[in-house]
Amino acid sequence: MLEIKDLKVNIEDKEILKGINLSVKAGEVHAIMGPNGSGKSTLASALAGRDYFNITHGKIIYEGKDLTELTPEDRAREGIFLGFQYPVEIPGVSMVNFLRTSINSMRKYRGQDPLPAGDFLKLMREKKKIVEIDSDLTNRSVNEGFSGGEKKKNEIFQMALLEPKLAILDETDSGLDIDALRIVSNGVNKLRSPENATIIITHYQRLLDYIVPDVVHVLYKGRIVKSGDKSLAKELEEHGYEWIKQEVDANA
Amino acid sequence: MTDQEKILNEVTGSDYKFGFQTNIETETIPKGLNEEVVRIISAKKEEPEWLTESRLKAFRHWQTLQMPDWAHLRIPEIDYQDIIYYAAPKQDAKYESMDEVDPELLDTFNRLGIPLEEQKQLAGVAVDAVMDSVSVKTTFQDTLADKGIIFCSFSEAVKNHPDLIKKYMGSVVPYTDNYFAALNSAVFSDGSFCYIPRGVRCPMELSTYFRINAANTGQFERTLIVAEEDSYVSYLEGCTAPMRDENQLHAAIVEIVAMENAEVKYSTVQNWYPGNKEGIGGIYNFVTKRGICKGDSSKISWTQVETGSAVTWKYPSCILKGDNSVGEFYSVAVTNNYQQADTGTKMIHIGKNTRSTIISKGISAGKSQNSYRGLVKVLKGAENARNYSQCDSLLLGDQCGAHTFPYLEVDNRSAVVEHEATTSKIGEDQIFYCNQRGIDTENAISLIVNGYAKEVLNKLPMEFAVEAQKLLAITLEGSVG
Repeated sequence: MLEIKDLKVNIEDKEILKGINLSVKAGEVHAIMGPNGSGKSTLASALAGRDYFNITHGKIIYEGKDLTELTPEDRAREGIFLGFQYPVEIPGVSMVNFLRTSINSMRKYRGQDPLPAGDFLKLMREKKKIVEIDSDLTNRSVNEGFSGGEKKKNEIFQMALLEPKLAILDETDSGLDIDALRIVSNGVNKLRSPENATIIITHYQRLLDYIVPDVVHVLYKGRIVKSGDKSLAKELEEHGYEWIKQEVDANA
Repeated sequence: MTDQEKILNEVTGSDYKFGFQTNIETETIPKGLNEEVVRIISAKKEEPEWLTESRLKAFRHWQTLQMPDWAHLRIPEIDYQDIIYYAAPKQDAKYESMDEVDPELLDTFNRLGIPLEEQKQLAGVAVDAVMDSVSVKTTFQDTLADKGIIFCSFSEAVKNHPDLIKKYMGSVVPYTDNYFAALNSAVFSDGSFCYIPRGVRCPMELSTYFRINAANTGQFERTLIVAEEDSYVSYLEGCTAPMRDENQLHAAIVEIVAMENAEVKYSTVQNWYPGNKEGIGGIYNFVTKRGICKGDSSKISWTQVETGSAVTWKYPSCILKGDNSVGEFYSVAVTNNYQQADTGTKMIHIGKNTRSTIISKGISAGKSQNSYRGLVKVLKGAENARNYSQCDSLLLGDQCGAHTFPYLEVDNRSAVVEHEATTSKIGEDQIFYCNQRGIDTENAISLIVNGYAKEVLNKLPMEFAVEAQKLLAITLEGSVG
C-alpha cells in the first residue's frame, strides 16, 4: 500500500529525515517509535503533504501513485488520514458542518452525490459510539474548548467517519489518561481491517499494550535504525533508547 | 508565492456578480449642484414649500462645511459639480399593476433576486425597490395597510403622510449633523418610509433594495422608520450597482425612532460595486444611520454585512434615551483588493439601565484597509449603563491592514463598560487541518471566515443569512495567504 524509498526531508535548510525506507502492506499496523526530535512527526506531516516540509530526495508511492504530486486535500481524498498531535481549533465552525463538508468533498472526488443530511446524521451517531464520544461534542465548534483527551477522541471519531485506507496517528496517546487511552485504542482496533493499514507514531510503549503492532520501527536522527516485531517495543520499554543510541552512534 | 497565496489570489480575484447595466431610458438633470438644482429636484417630486425650504437650508449649510478627513481613509478629491443629482427611469413611476412596469426593469430586479411580484408572496418579504433616484415599486402595500402599517416610498409619504414626515424627518439625523447628512438633506431623491402603529407586530420582513444604474449619478436616499409603542419591525436593506470605472457617490441617511417597548431590527447587506482588482471605480459610500430609543424599554438592533464599496464611511448608531433601552450593533465588514472601510458605531447612553452590545468582525484581504471606529458614551444621568464591545479583526495575507479605534467617554461611575479586541491571521494550521480532511483551500477559507463571522450572521433573518454567507465566500474568492 505504501512504499517509502530513501526519503530525505528538509525544514528550511535543515535535513530532518535522512533517508527513510518503509513498506506498509494492507492489513498491517506499524509502530514508529523513537526519542524526541528523531523526525517522527516530520514523517507524518510529509506523508500528509504539509508544505513547509521540503522533500529533497526519494519517493513516496501510495497505491501505485507518486504521493508527492498530490495536494494535501487529494491525498486525504485518496484515503490518507492524519490524526493530529495538536488538533487545531476552528471557532464558529460546528463539527457537524465541518465533517459534512469533509465527507462531501471526498464523495465529490469519487464522483458520488453528497450524502443527504439524514443519512449523514445517522452515520455520525453510529460512529460516535465507537469512541464513546459525548453527543454534545459534535454540536460544538471544531475542537474549540475541547480537553486534550476530547481532542484525541475527536480525531479517532473523524477517522471512523472517513474510513481511510491508511491512517497515520501522530502521538495520539500523548496527554491521555488511562481511560481515554483505552477508548482511543479500542476505537483504532475496531477500525482495523484487512483492507486498511495504520501507522502509529508514539514514544511510549504504553499504547502498544492496547494496539498490538505487526512491525515496530525505531527512528533516530532521521533514519530507521531498527525494525522488529512487538517484542522490540518491550525491549525499549525495559532498556530505554540509550542502548540503540549507543549502537548507532558507535557505528557512525 | 505559495499555493495558498495563489488560491487566495484567485478567490479574492473573482468578479463582481451584479455589474450589469440595465438599458432603460433614464431622465436626468444636468450635472452640478446649486440652489437651482435643489429646487429642480424638489419640483420634480412635486414637493410642498416647507420641504423645498428645508432642502435649501441644508444646502446652504452644506456649503459652509468641509468634507471630514478624520477617518482612516484615503479618498481622492470629489468634484461635487461633476455629479448628476437626479436620475429616474423614464416613465411614470407610479404603477397600478405589475403589467405597467417596464419589463427591462423587472428583469433587473429579477436578476438581483428581488421578489418584486406579489406572486412571490411566499418569500414573505415586502419590498420597496429604489432604482437611481426613484422608488419603483412597493409590494404588499395592501396587506400591510390592513394592519395600519405604512410602507411606501419616501416621496409618497411626503404626499400622503406629510404630518409624520414633518414630525420625524431630521429628528434623529438633523441636516447639521455632518457633511454628508447636509448634502443628503439638500438633494435626497427618494427612499423608504415605514410606520408601525401602536401594538402592531409587523408580520413580514420589510425590505428596501437600492440600485444605482445611471452613469455619473449619485444616489442619495433617505429611510425613516417610526415604531410606535409596543410595536415590532424587522427591516432589510440591500444594495448593488453596475461596474463602472468611475467612482460613484452614495450618501444616504437612515433614521429610526423607537417608542416605548418598541423593537426595530435593521439589517443591511451592502454589496455596492467595490471597484476592480486595481482599485479603479467603485462606490463611495458615506452613510449616516442613527436610531433613537425614545421610549423606555425600547430596542434598536443594527446588523450589517459590508462587502462592497470602494470606500465605506458608516457608523450606525443608537441613542439610548429611554430608561432600560437596548442598543445593538453587529457587523461584519470585508475588504479586499483596494477597498477601504472605516465603519463602526456610536452608543450614546442617556437613560438609566441602558444596555448596549457591539460585536464587530473585520476581515481584510488583498491590499485593503479595514478600520473599526466606535464610540461608547455614558452621560451623567445614565445610572447602571452597561456596554460590551468586542472587536475582532481577521487578516488574510500580509498586505492588508486592520485597525481599531475605540472611544470611551464615561461620565457616570456606576457604568460598566467592557471592551475586547483581537487580531488574528487566518491560520495555516487551520487551513491544513481542513485540507487533511479533504476540503480544498478555497472552501476551507470560506468555512473559517463564516465561522469567524457566525455570531453576526446568526443575527440576520434566515434568507439574508444564506445570501450573506455566499457573499462572504464570493468577496474573498482568491484571497488566502
